Amino acid sequence: MSGDIAILGVGMHPWGKWGKNFVEYGVHAGRAAIRDAGISWKDVQFVSGAATMRCGYPGYVAGATFAQALGWQGAEVNTSYAACASGSQALAAARTKILSGQCDVALVIGSDTTPKGFLKPAPGERPEDPDWVRFRLGITNPSYFALYARRRMEIYGDTQDDFALVKVKNAEHGFTNPNARYKKKFTAEDVAASAMVADPLRLMDICATSDGAAALIVSSLDYAKKIGRGDAVRVAAISTVTPTFASSIIEMPDLATDSAFAVEAQSFRASLPVKAYEEAGISPADVSVAEVYDLSTALEMDWYEDLQLCPRGEGAKLVREGATRIGGRIPVNPSGGLACFGEAVPAQALAQVCELTWQLRGQAGERQVENAKVGITANQGLFGHGSSVILKK
Amino acid sequence: MNKTQVPALEGWFTMDAEKPHLLGTQCKGCGTYYFPRQTVFCKNPACESEAFDEVQLSRTGKVWSFTNACYQPPEPFVAPDPFVPYTIVAVELEKEKMIVLGQAVEGVEVSDLKAGMDMELVLETLFEDDENEKLTWKWKPLPTDGGAA
Repeated sequence: MSGDIAILGVGMHPWGKWGKNFVEYGVHAGRAAIRDAGISWKDVQFVSGAATMRCGYPGYVAGATFAQALGWQGAEVNTSYAACASGSQALAAARTKILSGQCDVALVIGSDTTPKGFLKPAPGERPEDPDWVRFRLGITNPSYFALYARRRMEIYGDTQDDFALVKVKNAEHGFTNPNARYKKKFTAEDVAASAMVADPLRLMDICATSDGAAALIVSSLDYAKKIGRGDAVRVAAISTVTPTFASSIIEMPDLATDSAFAVEAQSFRASLPVKAYEEAGISPADVSVAEVYDLSTALEMDWYEDLQLCPRGEGAKLVREGATRIGGRIPVNPSGGLACFGEAVPAQALAQVCELTWQLRGQAGERQVENAKVGITANQGLFGHGSSVILKK
Repeated sequence: MNKTQVPALEGWFTMDAEKPHLLGTQCKGCGTYYFPRQTVFCKNPACESEAFDEVQLSRTGKVWSFTNACYQPPEPFVAPDPFVPYTIVAVELEKEKMIVLGQAVEGVEVSDLKAGMDMELVLETLFEDDENEKLTWKWKPLPTDGGAA
């Protein structure tokens, strides 16, 4: 039996800072996906919501919230929380339901309204909470991104100019994307002129936080054939593995890695796509296009290596050669990535799947990757959450 | 006039002015070190031990990576007015095989650091309130002539 499911429809609400309730964005994206699938809302048997948790923010009731907003029609609901991988976990829940024969067609949906300014912990004196402790010591999210970036400079000889090339590339990619928040062709000079935030990373090396929503209609292959969509793009693999002890790099919000005294240290990021490749029976050489979590410009190059698109330490070479630009050997973030979107946590992993679906259908317009057949996503978030999804034609 | 020096985090390090140590634990079963202290269960999937020794971690190590904070972090960070940027260092402890974050001592800039440099743990003020100086651990470059304490 095939473990694949079909993606019948995709939809998004444009990323930005719109100042509205997250439910509005979600309904917009959900309706767009339903229209794109050519089905009716009443055909949806399962609503799988991706949630976020932020100091009592009501996003954690995602599945039911969207089902009610679209109009209760008796579908079953589920809500998944997995930080930045929430969308992939919601997709995995829908896939399980479909492959076990419990439903034919499901809506997978994630939406976010982000607070203004720095993401910060809940107030009060809470020294037992590692997230509180690291902020007390002055270690913010960009601190971690900058430590990884500096490590690349120290070990591989990457430069700040290399990091800027990633921003320039992604800005070019996202320039014509109607769902992107930042649509400006930034130059290396623009990046160099932006304020230093956490050396070596400048403001334009680091992604913002945004409002946005993304949704998918997924179904069994039989259902897809029945409605004349047997050629729909398929989900060939979903990896949502946890890290394996002991951690080799300091993960947010920790103040230390695990001790590798008893067992060898391992990279979490590198382990995420391994299961996806195995499950899909696809090798890194087969990948036509990738959407990766560029929380910083330098981190995008870590992902090239973690996805095995190039040997360890050669990420910057790939960028310098233009291999990851549209038209290059292996285009990465044709959507413009987080550089052009900003992060909308529970929607972002689904937005990656939306982009790859458009790419594999040949519907990506001016940012189309020629002859795209296999796409892979990758992201990583807090608390040992991460995911990698493979789509194929 | 002098304010009392107290730890910014109770029980995370010794208040030894000369040679402070971070306070951790070590699993009695597999030897894995923990910082911050872990006393309930070992996180090694091959180890079911629930017994730990209290240990002082090595107070020297090598730079893994480093950065700085050019903008004032949000609360609970307590910032001086005006805000003064500071450097952050990740230091690899050889015996414990772990990397520990911390601020660098005042005056150390990003341009002073390189991966692999020897660092030592010291105590310095994190912030002050009306009565107390709140101390924390910070990393300080060791003199290259090997004349370290």
